[in-house]
Amino acid sequence: MGDRDQTMSPDLPPLQRSAPPALEVTNLSFGYERHGFRLDRVGFRIFPGAFSVLLGPNGSGKTTLLMLLTRLLDSREGTIRLSGFDLRTTPSQALRRMGVVFQQPTLDLDLTVRQNLRYFAALQGLTGRRTEQRIADELGRVELSDRQRDKVRTLSGGLRRRLELARAMLHEPALLVLDEPTVGLDVPTRARLVRHVHTLAREHGIAVLWTTHLIDEIDPLDQVIVLHSGRIVASGTATDIGSDEEGGIAAAFARLTAVARAPGSVVETFSE
Amino acid sequence: MTAAAWLLALRAIVAREVLRFVQQRERFAAALVRPLLWLLVFAAGFRMALGVSITPPYETYVTYEVYIIPGLIGMIQLFHGMQSSLSMIYDREMGSMRMLLVSPLPRWYLLCCRLLAATLVSIVQVYLFLLIALAFGIAQPAWGYLTVLPALIVTGLALGAIGLLLSTTVPQLENFAGIMNFVIFPMFFLSSALYPLWKMQESSLLLYQICAVNPFTQAVELIRFALYGRLEPQALGWTLLTLTIALGLAIRGYSPAKGMTPRRTGAGD
Repeated sequence: MGDRDQTMSPDLPPLQRSAPPALEVTNLSFGYERHGFRLDRVGFRIFPGAFSVLLGPNGSGKTTLLMLLTRLLDSREGTIRLSGFDLRTTPSQALRRMGVVFQQPTLDLDLTVRQNLRYFAALQGLTGRRTEQRIADELGRVELSDRQRDKVRTLSGGLRRRLELARAMLHEPALLVLDEPTVGLDVPTRARLVRHVHTLAREHGIAVLWTTHLIDEIDPLDQVIVLHSGRIVASGTATDIGSDEEGGIAAAFARLTAVARAPGSVVETFSE
Repeated sequence: MTAAAWLLALRAIVAREVLRFVQQRERFAAALVRPLLWLLVFAAGFRMALGVSITPPYETYVTYEVYIIPGLIGMIQLFHGMQSSLSMIYDREMGSMRMLLVSPLPRWYLLCCRLLAATLVSIVQVYLFLLIALAFGIAQPAWGYLTVLPALIVTGLALGAIGLLLSTTVPQLENFAGIMNFVIFPMFFLSSALYPLWKMQESSLLLYQICAVNPFTQAVELIRFALYGRLEPQALGWTLLTLTIALGLAIRGYSPAKGMTPRRTGAGD
């Protein structure tokens, strides 16, 4: 572990067409000994500015894939590269290019908004004035500037999510990974978060990987990767994937993942 | 990553641990009430039943309250070590550990920082405890308050490392009560914390032998001698060995190749 990658440029490559994908997953396989579960030769690429949705029913392998991407698990089969940096051989360089919003809340409830952000900034190696500037920018962006001295415990679920998003953006990652970030949020809050992250991708060139099992979080032009039983069963824009089906992507998703449920309930819309 | 970045992370992790501890008043109070109950109630009742004869490092007869102090210090550190490591699992804090582990610093370093932070907080608790004990007239040799500090660092790290190791290996224990019953209480009772080992030897040789190899006994004895300005080389050696082994295994357990999370969370999806 550590800093074997000193020889490579520590700076992010400029955002241009020749830039490497923010995330490149190649031939990734993984299995649990006990569960016999596998991710089977998964591969995809996400370029700067693209909003990609990883869509899959529960048990499809989404969480495992996310754990591999965030290096909580390690696979010997296949590679994961972040802006060109291999996550296994140059973990430090690779991790620095990724911001993560985990599904479980990861904020310290008894610390203030600001204390939470400062802690994370320090872990990312941001110092003094830079930290203050970044905190001000990101809190402004998620409209939490006036809450920075409040304890996180006093924030609603939606505000906490926004704070986690601000935190994930502090070190200006090239890739933002969000693991089912809308779980537990009400409908308007969900819609707002989805819009906000789309804006981040479009206007700031951030590559986004958004995992969900909720179809209504997908825009027609989003890049969609459908995962089922550990394999990628479809990928392309939402419009492309849904083009052969009468019911659009919702019907396509139902067919691809062939979940044994009543057709109307396969796609969970606004049911949270 | 530069040395400055490493220091920055260490400072942040320590600051977070201290802030969290100070701001969670109930936890703060609970950490002190527990040993104080033992000291002011249990020990007071027991002093009549149990006389402690002269045994090193004591040069004269000591009251039971004085005898029990190092054991209770060890208990504070053991508790805090377990709590700070296992809270990562139990308080739905798995997430905050993840947050730590996805930062660009090497994982072994992050774990060491966390261990050090927990140790520092446990030492603050110990000194508060000693202060309250002093207020109740249970005093240590004046310079003992200083000479015990290096010992507290070593024992805090070792007991914290055991907690860290448990957090990687223990299969799903329902809650903290499991740790209390199967780790903290056995370690505490099968040690020299509450009674000198020669007393235990009189009642059962087997129990005595278990007590003697218990790493907690070694930690308590290290503290006991340090409070009297004396170094117990054997206790120091064993405690350092415990630290090395537990920390080494914990770091191995947290490596991504070992897959620290799915075993516990059963996250197959």
